Amino acid sequence: MKSCVIVFPASNCDRDAASALERATGKAPAMVWHKDAELPSGTDLVVLPGGFSYGDYLRCGAMAAREPIMRAVKAHAEKGGYVMGVCNGFQVLTEAQMLPGALMRNHDLKFVCKDVELSIANSNTAFTSAFGEKRSFTIPIAHGEGNYFADKDTLDRIEGEGRVMFRYAKNPNGAARDIAGIINEKGNVLGMMPHPERAADPALGRMEGWPMFQSLIEAVG
Amino acid sequence: MAYDPHMNPPGSPEMAAEFGLKADEYQLILDRLGRTPNMTELGIFSVMWSEHCSYKSSKKHLGKLPTKAPWVICGPGENAGVIDIGDGMAAIFKMESHNHPSFIEPYQGAATGVGGILRDVFTMGARPVALLNALRFGEPGHPKTRRLVSGVVAGIGGYGNCVGVPTVGGETNFHPGYNGNILVNAMCVGVAPQDKIFYSAAKNSGDTIVYVGAKTGRDGIHGATMASAEFDDASEEKRPTVQVGDPFKEKLLIEACLELMQEDCIVAIQDMGAAGLTSSSVEMGGKGNVGVELDMDAVPQRETGMSAYEMMLSESQERMLLILKPGREHIATRIVEKWGLDAAIIGRTTDTGRLVLNHKGQVVCDIPIAPLSEDAPLYDRPFQYKAKRPVLDAASIPAPKDLGDALLKLLASPDVASKRWIWEQYDRSVMGDTVADSGGDAAIVRLHGTNRALATCTDVTPRYVSADPFEGGKQAVAECYRNLSAVGALPLAITDNLNFGNPERPEIMGEIVGAIEGMAEACRTLDFPVVSGNVSLYNETNGAAIPPTPAIGGVGLIEDVTQTATYRGMKAGDQVLLIGETKSWLGASLYLRELQGREEGAPPPVDLALERKHGEFVRTQITAKRVSAVHDVSDGGLLVALAEMAMANQTGLNLDAAPGGPAHGFWFGEDQARYVLTASPADAAKIAAEAKAAGIVCAILGSVGGSEVSGAGFTVSVTALSKAHEGWMPNYMSGAA
Repeated sequence: MKSCVIVFPASNCDRDAASALERATGKAPAMVWHKDAELPSGTDLVVLPGGFSYGDYLRCGAMAAREPIMRAVKAHAEKGGYVMGVCNGFQVLTEAQMLPGALMRNHDLKFVCKDVELSIANSNTAFTSAFGEKRSFTIPIAHGEGNYFADKDTLDRIEGEGRVMFRYAKNPNGAARDIAGIINEKGNVLGMMPHPERAADPALGRMEGWPMFQSLIEAVG
Repeated sequence: MAYDPHMNPPGSPEMAAEFGLKADEYQLILDRLGRTPNMTELGIFSVMWSEHCSYKSSKKHLGKLPTKAPWVICGPGENAGVIDIGDGMAAIFKMESHNHPSFIEPYQGAATGVGGILRDVFTMGARPVALLNALRFGEPGHPKTRRLVSGVVAGIGGYGNCVGVPTVGGETNFHPGYNGNILVNAMCVGVAPQDKIFYSAAKNSGDTIVYVGAKTGRDGIHGATMASAEFDDASEEKRPTVQVGDPFKEKLLIEACLELMQEDCIVAIQDMGAAGLTSSSVEMGGKGNVGVELDMDAVPQRETGMSAYEMMLSESQERMLLILKPGREHIATRIVEKWGLDAAIIGRTTDTGRLVLNHKGQVVCDIPIAPLSEDAPLYDRPFQYKAKRPVLDAASIPAPKDLGDALLKLLASPDVASKRWIWEQYDRSVMGDTVADSGGDAAIVRLHGTNRALATCTDVTPRYVSADPFEGGKQAVAECYRNLSAVGALPLAITDNLNFGNPERPEIMGEIVGAIEGMAEACRTLDFPVVSGNVSLYNETNGAAIPPTPAIGGVGLIEDVTQTATYRGMKAGDQVLLIGETKSWLGASLYLRELQGREEGAPPPVDLALERKHGEFVRTQITAKRVSAVHDVSDGGLLVALAEMAMANQTGLNLDAAPGGPAHGFWFGEDQARYVLTASPADAAKIAAEAKAAGIVCAILGSVGGSEVSGAGFTVSVTALSKAHEGWMPNYMSGAA
């Protein structure tokens, strides 16, 4: 699998994502600068990493979503390429309108960093197939604006289409219907607030996020 | 706009006093210059000679601290201390206070404290890998405390989370002695290759001086002077001297500087921290014995009409000063612009040894640099050691009605209660190398791409330092050593953040001298030198000083990240061992304060030879992988330490050990040099045998199992312990407690 990580100003999980991808695929991903207009040729997976792109100024992800590289990311997704947005990356994907809804301030207005249990609402996707029979896993969250919001019709629709991927077992941020991650209609673009890349390291004994990378490797073939 | 002479009037004794200079210090400036300084020059003298920048009251005694060891690459005097951690790598770290601004404006004060300490570390070429913070607040019931806690914690998180450096540890105390002066001490640890460490000394004349980062505004003017004075009722009017942080810009600055350091173009680099452009340019010139000439019109400015005085004294954040090799300016400009930051050539080094400032066609400052940095006045202030407090016999201190209730009260007391409410607001796992974070003895951060790790923690017990500055200073260093040892790290070096009241009072100066002498003895015996630090004096309001608080930040090395221990990990059936002797020391203890309402008695003495011996023993047992969990015994004594382990594992303990002497003294006494270890029965036997052979006191306290912590006279469920321990802080912050 050929992967790349987009680096926005003040992305701060770009190195973490790259390390996890390198461990999972055996190959270091390309680091793509936000001002570039194109992705490396042959890219299978684009990761939009966590962080505080543009300092979260204006709205989280709003400025990053309008960067030149995002046109290339959209084109990649339209061709069926995989895109995974984690934390700030999820915020960028909603701002770029590649995923529905928005991420608002946490309900208690505080940043929260802790391990959370996620139930796997759909394990029949390119991002989750390797979980197999497993119905839940526990990985860290670290965000101040992870309170997922969409109107009722949208929520009903994405739930009905099996596009809610992960739900919090115990809602940490006020997210509508406990939603922690969703996919697009085609099933090739994922946004999620929790950090699988921080739980994909055998040396630290944290492997709960590993199946997500395994799933993608299998999907790409 | 043309030059306006009214913006730079001649100095006067009144102006000097307003800038915080004493009359004799002003006279000294007149003598050194042989003329009357103008306002810009006087402003520069006043900040460079402030307590904050010059260490004029503490320098004489700071010299008593050991600063050398074979593994010390750079000790105090640079932006941060540097130690050898093997494999050609160095750890670079420092702790610094932001007390005064945090009291006045908690969010920005704390946030810019984090920003400042980050810059001290990456200025030297290190990528910051861990942040810690040592916080002291007033009593919980004080009307300002809740707002200050909330603001400081949000500020630390707001800055650290955005720059993407994990906040992995620290400590928080509450005491009425901090009602008028909270303490916010931020520590940063970074890692750099030893052949890419950058220093601040200019080297040659004729090099280009480049300004990088945020534009200069009028914020923070005379911040260093504010930090060198007591507070009174009007102090909140000083809000305009608090700076405003921009962590987004800091993150870009980190990446731009680290990228620039890969190129061969930097001669020297210094962040603009306290006293901004003044201290950075004066220190770079002073250390290199060269002059500095700046074109103030070229300084990037956020506001119009700024005078040279304002620009030199501004403490606007996220700014760096670089001296570049001639002909390499274009490389710097390219990298800085890539990261979207401003860069401007603002001057050059000269061979005159003078600081010359040109503004709007006029020379607005022309003074020799040496008197500013090296010849700042030094004081040998009179001091008076504190009278020793009497030693209290445990039998003379009332026992609680119920040991279990006493344990629950201690666990729910503000100093012991879980600080989860605080640390869950900090990103602790970004960078992907956090092995252990808040809640345990020391945090563990893996060295990226290796299987080695650094351990780090902050420690001081102000109760003890108040009772006996010398023993308390010793204890702060010893506890830091113990916390690092408890996770299996070899303690290497410390940074210190000395927070005290007004040094012009002999009793306060006595606390400073006593604490430094105690720390020095501990550092020597434990081979644990001081490599960096910061002194914060005048922490007083209306004449009331804070408890003496010399916060110690330690760094240790773990050779193999699979050979560590934390206070988590014990298993049912394990045996519980206690290393070290229990003499039921209740003087200055938390039991005495929280359950008897008394802050009395001599603190526990620290036997440094024993600390070293026990630390080495525990590290050996961890490396041999014989232990399932380790915890040091500190605040609240043995039973609190055991309860913390039980809660961390959600497992009970059967403690059948028979206390020698009064039970409350045995369980809540705070004797030093003690560790609790858990191990399988087979490993426990080996540990006990080795301890015996080494002449180390080692007792088996009981075994792990069940859902209760029980012993003679007490049985408490782990659920009840957790409820008490976890409950206090969220209840308090929501206004319920």
